[in-house]
Amino acid sequence: MTLLLLVYRSLRQHALSTLVTAGSIALATGLLLAVWTAKEQSQAAFAATSTSFDAVLGARGSKLQLVLNAVFHLEASPGNIAWADYENIRKHPAVKLALPIAMGDNLRGYRLVGTLASEYQKVEYAPGSTYQIAPGGRVFNEGEHEAVVGSFVARKLNLKVGDTFHPFHGLTFNEHDEHAETYTVVGILEPTNTPADRVIWIPLEGVQTMAGHDPRAATEISAVLIQLRASTAGFLLDQAINRQGNKLTFAYPVGTIVAELFQKISWFDRVLGLVAYLVALVAAASVLASIYNSMSARRRDLAILRALGARQTTIFGAVVAEAAAIGVVGVIAGLVVYGVLISIVATIIRAQTGVVIETWAWHPVFVVVPLALVALCALGGIVPALKAYRTPVADTLTPTS
Amino acid sequence: MLAITDLAKSFVAPDGRRTEILRIPQFGLAAGAQVALRGASGSGKTTFLHLIAGILTPDTGRIVVDGVEVTALRESQRDRLRADKIGYIFQTFNLLQGFTALENVRLGHAFGPHADRDHARHLLERVGLGSKLHHFPRQLSTGQQQRVAVARALASRPKLVLADEPTGNLDRQHAMEALTLIRSVCAENKAALLLVSHDESVLERFEDRREFSEINRLP
Repeated sequence: MTLLLLVYRSLRQHALSTLVTAGSIALATGLLLAVWTAKEQSQAAFAATSTSFDAVLGARGSKLQLVLNAVFHLEASPGNIAWADYENIRKHPAVKLALPIAMGDNLRGYRLVGTLASEYQKVEYAPGSTYQIAPGGRVFNEGEHEAVVGSFVARKLNLKVGDTFHPFHGLTFNEHDEHAETYTVVGILEPTNTPADRVIWIPLEGVQTMAGHDPRAATEISAVLIQLRASTAGFLLDQAINRQGNKLTFAYPVGTIVAELFQKISWFDRVLGLVAYLVALVAAASVLASIYNSMSARRRDLAILRALGARQTTIFGAVVAEAAAIGVVGVIAGLVVYGVLISIVATIIRAQTGVVIETWAWHPVFVVVPLALVALCALGGIVPALKAYRTPVADTLTPTS
Repeated sequence: MLAITDLAKSFVAPDGRRTEILRIPQFGLAAGAQVALRGASGSGKTTFLHLIAGILTPDTGRIVVDGVEVTALRESQRDRLRADKIGYIFQTFNLLQGFTALENVRLGHAFGPHADRDHARHLLERVGLGSKLHHFPRQLSTGQQQRVAVARALASRPKLVLADEPTGNLDRQHAMEALTLIRSVCAENKAALLLVSHDESVLERFEDRREFSEINRLP
């Protein structure tokens, strides 16, 4: 109780420096947790999204670009492939499902993706989960100018069943590139927390025959999303298409290719991680500095406590406990900082990729990081605690007579 | 209660020379005794009390408090001795400014064996500060601060109370009140009291008065 009283009163007496120091701890906690969560959870979320399809068939080029374009609806398409290529892969005995997609238009920056309704409804974007249309809607009919809108797009553009729109040419929005065709929204996709939420799905031939498109596009598609019957087939197709052919790219396995993306940007993670660790170190140093600097002002109090019978170890413990208490206040505030940071990061990731990351999923890091920071603060308290330990009682309570 | 033999203490002066300020061949205090020491400022009275309390260590000599030889103890053991057996009333009160009156008094017994939370409250009520328990020292008058210091010194139920010019900062009326309080509470607790002062009005209240210059036999 006495130790708690000493710590509490000291924190109160030095409230401003306590708050500033705890603020730096909070920043360090928030940054460390946010960097870790953003990295781990986005990797996990991207990997989970990648499991919808085993492979992507597209034009010759970068596998990563192909996967990003076809699965995540990011980046530009590496080119088109012929309808016949789709037919060939669809009929391959190892292929369980082949979903052709065609892209080339947008609505205010959100991509229009043409596909076949019949195949689209078979896709399991997660084990046991197929795309569902919200009540009051239906899937588009082939040959009609109808659209099913992803939940995120519907919310952002305030689209509902019965609304109409004109697509815009290209993957980036330019108000002068409006197509003449009028599409009617016939369904809103139930949220899937996948990139499907941030695109508008229309019949394949809608993209192929959109006025102003290259006539060759009428017989071409952008890519084919593939689910295989067995994983071994993927290696055979990889061998056949990538090694022996020179026209197409078979991006397989999708999960590994996505992992390559994270490997490519791992330097960024490391920089962010380094910054977070540095902030943590600076925070611990600031605990040390703030308590150490206050030691001169506290000499008299410490000497009085010693004169009252407080042992040197008690004084030492009180200063270390004070440093740890600043750490505890800091990490608690740090969880709030984390909440704010990760919400911003999650919103950006969702808006840019459609992938939803779990921001409060339990992981030991939520205990390890706060505990490590409190320990670091306590460690920072050792130097001033030693100074307090050595406070000379008699010199401080100078005899006057 | 207190037995001192052949005590000597010197300090190194700013010019580097060692100056002896105390040489006390013998001094003693019986349990429950109340003794006043008269001495001029700068005569070494506070140093004497610091030595008894184990805040300072002597160059030579022996100090025994309630059967414990202070001069043979390590620093941590002297800390424990102060917490267990000695109450110290400082001339300048030495209250902790960041702590309330009640907390200051509680700290008086917090490091000893008699950690009784209600005792601190009772003591403050006893010295007339029952309504100021949660006041900080800056919110109290000088006389009230002195009473908190008295209560704190007695909080651990010490066997020996050392009072260093305890009325030095008080006007006459408050000084007499504080003195009466210290003496009566010490008597109630059967604590020995050693008070040093140069104030005649304080000293004349004690039956047992001694001249510090007669005790301190510097050559």
